[in-house]
Amino acid sequence: MATSFQSALQNLRDTKVWKSIFRRGPANTNRTRSLAIFGNLFLHWMPVKVREKSLRVRASYYLGSISFLLFIVLFVTGILLMFYYHPAAPNAYRDMKDLQFVVSNGVFLRNMHRLAAHLMVFAVFWHMFHVFYRGGYKPPHEFNWVVGVVLLLVTLFLSYTGYLLPWDQLAFWAVTVGTNIISAMPFIGNKVRFLLLGGNIVGENALLRFYVLHVVILPLAAFVLIGIHFWRVQKDGGLTVKPKDEDGKE
Amino acid sequence: MSNIKTSTASGTLQAAPAGKEITRRDFLNEITMGALGIAGLGSVAVTYQFFSPNVLFEPSTTFLAGNPDLYPAHSVTFLQDQQVYIVRMPEGFYAVSAVCTHLGCITQWKPDADMVACPCHGSKFRPDGMKIEGPAPRPLPHFAITLTADGELQVDKLQIIKASQVLKV
Repeated sequence: MATSFQSALQNLRDTKVWKSIFRRGPANTNRTRSLAIFGNLFLHWMPVKVREKSLRVRASYYLGSISFLLFIVLFVTGILLMFYYHPAAPNAYRDMKDLQFVVSNGVFLRNMHRLAAHLMVFAVFWHMFHVFYRGGYKPPHEFNWVVGVVLLLVTLFLSYTGYLLPWDQLAFWAVTVGTNIISAMPFIGNKVRFLLLGGNIVGENALLRFYVLHVVILPLAAFVLIGIHFWRVQKDGGLTVKPKDEDGKE
Repeated sequence: MSNIKTSTASGTLQAAPAGKEITRRDFLNEITMGALGIAGLGSVAVTYQFFSPNVLFEPSTTFLAGNPDLYPAHSVTFLQDQQVYIVRMPEGFYAVSAVCTHLGCITQWKPDADMVACPCHGSKFRPDGMKIEGPAPRPLPHFAITLTADGELQVDKLQIIKASQVLKV
């Protein structure tokens, strides 16, 4: 059974189509393993080699990876929620209620999106604190630290814009209060609030603007910044490993 | 490069100090960068205009508040749709905003305590809008209140007036 599967796999690997896509043989030497990473669009910005110590739980608690995983969960569940949601009053609130009570598995999906959002804010903050206490902001990691801080802000903006979308009392007053905080900015505050809300009150324009920010602009920014962030970890020489860890004592 | 050009150029160009001379490439570069800069600023300006709505479908800021006789003497009446208090005191009528000057929550009139209180962060005001305690930074504004020819009260929420200006009926 196993041998017939292997020979079938081998036959597949020998086809012209397979070879045109992957252009290489099995990854059985260090060189071909490196080429497997280099030659893959989704992996080429990952390190070919990592130190074993940087893979230990205590080196990172996998907080960055957990944040990224939550982001992917939010991306997938968010796209699914968009199939039932109209960013307009009064549909928005009704669609949210429909997702809870009418749509099959809608409440599961909505709660997953909501919980993952809460967890992502938590994970991103924990990630930042961990990197800070590890000294991960020090040269040569300064630039990636700044990218990380921007990613934290993008995460918070995503949370805040998503908070309005259920269009309930909680959402309405949170955004009323939040945009009034913006208007406290000297000189340009009221103008920024007007542009953000698309008016003077939290109305349909505000809902639509927050929706576009939440589903297009901010996720796009997050994807680009996450790409830079991951790529830069490798270019800066991998995770910050404490000297203690290098000694193996911990 | 520029030295070679200077030596072959006309007498006036030779007189120009070396290094100050602008080559054709520099000239075209500057023209191009300038044009791109102007185009960039223009795009920012038109994008800003695009994001500022010209027509808003928001409630009218001027409204009729009915006959003055509707409001008993020494009363504070909350108009929910307009988020305004119509206050009738012996000295006359005034219209006070019900929107807290702190972060925009809607305040509530507490007749027992004779004050206006905000549920969000605990600001307190007198019925005439004066602040009793924070965190609100300013008193509640007074809106212009007039009597129409038909004898109805009219409030204009865009026109803020001094607290001393009251409408005598």
